[in-house]
Amino acid sequence: MTISETRKEGVIQLDIDGRVDTNTSPQLQRSILQAFQKASTVILNLEKVEYVSSAGLRALLIGQKTANSKGGAMKLVHVCDAVMKVFQMTGFATMLTIE
Amino acid sequence: MEDLKLQANDETLYTVLDTIEKHLDENDCPADVKAEILIAAEEIYVNIAHYAYGGHEGEAVVQMEVCQDPKCCRVVFRDKGVPYNPLEKEDPDTSLSAMDREIGGLGIFMVKQSMDKVEYWYEDGCNVLMIEKNL
Repeated sequence: MTISETRKEGVIQLDIDGRVDTNTSPQLQRSILQAFQKASTVILNLEKVEYVSSAGLRALLIGQKTANSKGGAMKLVHVCDAVMKVFQMTGFATMLTIE
Repeated sequence: MEDLKLQANDETLYTVLDTIEKHLDENDCPADVKAEILIAAEEIYVNIAHYAYGGHEGEAVVQMEVCQDPKCCRVVFRDKGVPYNPLEKEDPDTSLSAMDREIGGLGIFMVKQSMDKVEYWYEDGCNVLMIEKNL
């Protein structure tokens, strides 16, 4: 998995590419938390992610909790059907902001 | 049927996933079904790696086969750790908000939700967990 970061007008976008699994999710968690140290809105572009295990959900939940506690926002964009199925199965589809 | 005997840890996870993926590709498994099976396999294998041997590393055996009539993928996981039936674990409340949610506890729930059959039994000193998914 690779993550590239772009910043525009106080918003940080993380473009994620690859599997979010047990071994890669700590990197995603670190990137999200670091982004919230620099911006109040973080966009996660999941266009190139087709696999999110419970370890990835853990990183996303920590990101959402961080957004809520800071009064910020975490938005997920370009979520594919396979990942949306995981979000719906676990209640994350309604808990997260997915555009 | 292909058997893998491994030291269960995060590093050998990809050996398991790559082996299962290869079999599924050979059997023209649709991408969305493949993702569900691989995620379920990850959840079970990582649970063995992290918890079965009380924080120590131990062995896991993974058997995988594609059955015909009806066509399905069957994966069986065995470990010699502490006897534990993960299917008895209470399901998480998926209606809670982010702030009310506890971190973790979703892995086995996802396995139960996404597979067509999940069975646990204990035999010959081994925890055995079997998953099946129709192809």
